[in-house]
Amino acid sequence: MASLKDLKNRITSVKSTQKITKAMQMVAASKLRRAQEAAEAARPYAERMENVLTGLGIAVKDSPGASPLLAGTGKDDVHLVIVATSERGLCGGFNANIVKAARAHIATLIADGKTVKILCIGKKGVAILRRQYADNIIEQVDLSAVKRLAFSDAQPIANNVLAMFERGEFDVASLFYAKFQSVLVQIPTNQQLVPAPMPDVSEEDAGDKLGGAIYEYEPDEEAILEDLLPRNVAVQIYRGLLENAASEQGSRMTAMDSATRNAGEMIDGLTITYNRTRQANITKELIEIISGAEALK
Amino acid sequence: MTDTMHLEIVSPERLLKDAQVAMVVVPGMDGDFAAMPQHAPMMSTIRPGVIEIYEQESGTAERLFVKGGLAQISPEGLTILAEETLSLDGVNAEELAQNISNMQEDIQDAKDDIARAGFEKELAWMTALQEVIAA
Repeated sequence: MASLKDLKNRITSVKSTQKITKAMQMVAASKLRRAQEAAEAARPYAERMENVLTGLGIAVKDSPGASPLLAGTGKDDVHLVIVATSERGLCGGFNANIVKAARAHIATLIADGKTVKILCIGKKGVAILRRQYADNIIEQVDLSAVKRLAFSDAQPIANNVLAMFERGEFDVASLFYAKFQSVLVQIPTNQQLVPAPMPDVSEEDAGDKLGGAIYEYEPDEEAILEDLLPRNVAVQIYRGLLENAASEQGSRMTAMDSATRNAGEMIDGLTITYNRTRQANITKELIEIISGAEALK
Repeated sequence: MTDTMHLEIVSPERLLKDAQVAMVVVPGMDGDFAAMPQHAPMMSTIRPGVIEIYEQESGTAERLFVKGGLAQISPEGLTILAEETLSLDGVNAEELAQNISNMQEDIQDAKDDIARAGFEKELAWMTALQEVIAA
């Protein structure tokens, strides 16, 4: 059995670990609030953008001059998979869940004989994906220097993706991130970026998205879409990153909360063992004294 | 007839403005236009320039520089999806001139057409901003 001193050392070390996890939980909670606010503030723009895009897109989609960002390149051979993960660990199953979803997607694509290119945002995803798909990873984006996510952080990523698309380096792009639902639930999501997904609604319903009014377009519908579609890619990436940031903090909060609770349970258990051992030692010493005295009689 | 309309300016990061206004002058791609209450529904892309917001019909305008975006006039009001906005007060003219000449060099050194197009877009809003400040 461990000596009293060993037990005491273990209790102290678990206690200091508990202090750290407790602090991390509280930091995550406050960061989560900020991340949630940012995600909510970005919502109006994304919603309006979506309304305009659907309203215009459905009408233009099947016309021959439609932008490849909307109608696709006509091929389905090369897929770009963008995997957004966190820069730091200790956030429970957050990264593992995103990568798991991405990996399943990649595996189906490869099984179908498609070429897959992977773009990683955040170093945690790279670390896991490198083991299996080292040759497919074409680029990784490091956002560890970013303290507060801004649109200007998402813009260069989008520009890069768009430049690749224009050079014809891929046909379909999708983004993997974790959608924030609650502190406990984050859903790994696959969002298609290129070609822009269009909901399956009739042209009339799409018109309702624009308020049912008949619009005049300046310069014209195609030109507006041409301007809007690249921006939509950046907005979608930005939105994904914001959701991801909130999910990461939520996941970390939950993970650290259960770590703190586990540490508490461990301390309780160790304290009981410590007290029992101490009591046993005292009893043993008493028996020794009494039996020594008894023997001298 | 109502004499104010609802104006919303949103950037990707947040809702910038949400107010009742009398008139807004928007730098449309095919020329400036003034949006007033009861305007017919229309949609226009925005070139880099200044949005002028008049809260009352007569009075001073609030000026806001945008790098681009989309204006949508619907029966409910005017919505501007702005790419990025700048306040005109914080602009340093010398710094801007420096940036413009840097950008011109970048355009000449650009490796391919795609990179050049990106730089040219940057240059477009910078020169537009310079014109606004000079005026």
